[in-house]
Amino acid sequence: MLQVHNIEVVYDDIMLVLRGVSLSVPPGRIVALLGANGAGKSTLLRALTGLLDVHHGKITRGRVTLDGESVGQLRPAALVRRGISQVMEGRRIFGELTVEENLRLGGYTNPKQFRRRCELVFGLFPVLAQRRRETAGYLSGGEQQMLAMGRALMAEPRYLLLDEPSLGLAPRLVEEVRELIVSINRTGTGVLLVEQNATMALSIASHGYVLETGQVVLDKPAADLLADDDIREFYLGLHPAGAGGGPERRSYREVKHYRRRKRWLS
Amino acid sequence: MTKLLEAFADGLGRGSVYALIALGFVIIYKSSRVISFAQPGFMIAGVVLVTYLVQVSWLGFFGAMLLGAVLIGLLALGIERAVIRPMIGRPIFAIAIITIGLDIVLRTVAHAYIGPLVRHVGDPWGTSQLHLGSVRMDQRHLAAVVTATVLVLLLFGFFRYTRMGLAMRAVAEDQEAALAQGVSVGAVFALSWALAGGLAAVAGSFAAAGVSVDNTFWPVALYALPVIILGGLDSLPGAVLAGLVIGVLRSLADAYVDDLSWLGENPSLIVPWLVMMLVLVVRPYGLFGTREVERV
Repeated sequence: MLQVHNIEVVYDDIMLVLRGVSLSVPPGRIVALLGANGAGKSTLLRALTGLLDVHHGKITRGRVTLDGESVGQLRPAALVRRGISQVMEGRRIFGELTVEENLRLGGYTNPKQFRRRCELVFGLFPVLAQRRRETAGYLSGGEQQMLAMGRALMAEPRYLLLDEPSLGLAPRLVEEVRELIVSINRTGTGVLLVEQNATMALSIASHGYVLETGQVVLDKPAADLLADDDIREFYLGLHPAGAGGGPERRSYREVKHYRRRKRWLS
Repeated sequence: MTKLLEAFADGLGRGSVYALIALGFVIIYKSSRVISFAQPGFMIAGVVLVTYLVQVSWLGFFGAMLLGAVLIGLLALGIERAVIRPMIGRPIFAIAIITIGLDIVLRTVAHAYIGPLVRHVGDPWGTSQLHLGSVRMDQRHLAAVVTATVLVLLLFGFFRYTRMGLAMRAVAEDQEAALAQGVSVGAVFALSWALAGGLAAVAGSFAAAGVSVDNTFWPVALYALPVIILGGLDSLPGAVLAGLVIGVLRSLADAYVDDLSWLGENPSLIVPWLVMMLVLVVRPYGLFGTREVERV
């Protein structure tokens, strides 16, 4: 179980970005983390993978634990070795290197397993096998996302953290990414899925958290979240089931601003 | 024609030395975006160390040079760990200024070991020359070219085929993404400093072959600056090619000194800097450097 307990994260000693967030990712489950831009989702992932240092961030309170052991102060390499891998927002593949070299870096902490893991990744992403000698920068956006996910899987993580894998992808590809996440999860990998695309995330997650200005405001099983009026209105753009029964789409313009105030904040 | 070819051969020898020093600059720049002005310091420290090591007779020139390179590499590694590593994340400018300080310290200490007289690196070839038809080439220049070629090939093989080389390329491209894969960025920084230090020591040894070492020897390393500007700050092939180009241009200026009298009595001293100014005006990212797009 990968957990954060009440953590506070401060950037540059002044910017309080996470204010007492608690969250847990049980092994082998998919957990969705929703929230608007700037809510602190990426910061939470950085706290889980030891990348806060690079951004002058610090965990000032609370703990990050992996199976009960405190791992908040570990370096990124140590966390990768313990089975936590992250696919960063915007893919961040090494564009000047080849596909295979990118995968090699994904398996950097355990080069002996390279061949076997490569086969696993090529099984999931056949397109990477076709292009293994090509320069990664020339892949299409969808292929780059596959490469970023494949690279993270090269470390054979127990927990895979995905930061907006649907970012900038066509709806078809989003669908494909969704299926891939499900099949990755089926091999026993726990997934923490950070998404703007709430429909996609909640359709495969077992549990969901909603983060807003550094705090968890909702924490429910995914099915309950999908049915939650606020989530339907603010994340899915659906009007609460009206007299007609089924959900209908409604323009935000028609909604009075005071009615748009989210219920959990009032 | 003979004059031209001889100047060319001479320039390749000189250029190999510049290329090796410039490679050190580029390796450090690529891994940490810092231009390390400590390279002349490492070079002179290496040269002085080699002048002492060649006195151990069984080492010979190459043995002394290799041992010197390894020791200076270790010194650079230690200095990186102690002085530069704590500064990571601070402004690049501050780190660059620290490297200037390091350079002065290294040079001062090295000069103290030169003593009142000049020193020599053993001078294995003296002024003996190789005759290729009517063209004569100094043997020390040939040795410099051959050694530089071998080192460059080894270096490129290292970056291309080894795990650590791959890690260094990844850090050069995206430090945070490399960290997230479990690459130890600290080890990459340390290794880049060690490589740069070792290369500077080898380059210095060849620059000192056939001449004497005193406390006016170190500015040889400064010719690496026009080289990295011409080749592009972040390009290894650029450093090698530009090193040879600058070396050849200097030798040509020496050979045709009469035609260049309008540049003063010793045009070869300023030709590299003129090239640098020209490049900065016309193509500031150099021949092979990455063009930086910056919003102002």
